[in-house]
Amino acid sequence: MRSMVSFLVGGLFGMGLLVSGMTDTTKVQGWRDVFGAWDPTLAFVLGGAVLPMAIAWRIAARRDAAYLGASFPAKPDPKITPQLAIGSSLFGVGWGLSGLCPGPAMASLGFGGWPSLVFFIAMACAMIAQPHVTRSLQRAG
Amino acid sequence: MPLDWIYGLIGGIMIGGAASAYLLLNGKIMGASGLLGGVLDGSHAGASRRDALFFLAGLIDVPFVWHLLRGAPETQLTTNVFVLILAGLCVGFGATYGSGCTSGHGVCGISRLSPRGIVATLFYLSAGAMTVLVARHGLGVI
Repeated sequence: MRSMVSFLVGGLFGMGLLVSGMTDTTKVQGWRDVFGAWDPTLAFVLGGAVLPMAIAWRIAARRDAAYLGASFPAKPDPKITPQLAIGSSLFGVGWGLSGLCPGPAMASLGFGGWPSLVFFIAMACAMIAQPHVTRSLQRAG
Repeated sequence: MPLDWIYGLIGGIMIGGAASAYLLLNGKIMGASGLLGGVLDGSHAGASRRDALFFLAGLIDVPFVWHLLRGAPETQLTTNVFVLILAGLCVGFGATYGSGCTSGHGVCGISRLSPRGIVATLFYLSAGAMTVLVARHGLGVI
């Protein structure tokens, strides 16, 4: 049942990305292009996504466990770290350059042709390498 | 143009609905980079790993099947290999180092008023706007 839910959630997420235009890189870059031809579509996407999720957090707060029995995730450490700012900025640079963030990168793998695949492989390699690179940088610093 | 906004809103509600179902049914945060990263580096175990694998399968397969039935949606992704690789490396490294991407920090974080999610979103949006400014209007590479 959990696996079924996971698959359907992934599918609904993927279709939401397609319908909203998040897999269309010109729309995504258009939202960032505040000094050029600004396209506000993505503000509607983010707003539309945050609304149901805000309700879901309210429901979760009144329950001890999820409907299928698992416990809810612990509240994360609220500390704002340099790591959060640096990582998010770097992610933003890549997102601006390509117009793809991790969700749409995967949702468009099945129809995006070789550019999608090249982007995905580079992203996956960096995800695997990141902890190792960070550790050696810390040791060197 | 306003039609795009309506599609954006509908798609957004689907994304938020998916994240809500994942939280309320499975007790998990729907963060794309976290789920993929955990599968790649093997840090998810047992039920979490199974959840993540099925989630990723749905995320890739359902749009794939849709495109077989209805034709491929626009992606307009650049064919400049250098830009693709550089952008992929930045996204992969940045999202794991910063512990999240648009779905985790943006959708799941902002909706619970998490200070970390809000700060992360401000940083990636402004870095993205700056990048588009420099790369499009300055260098003309995208």
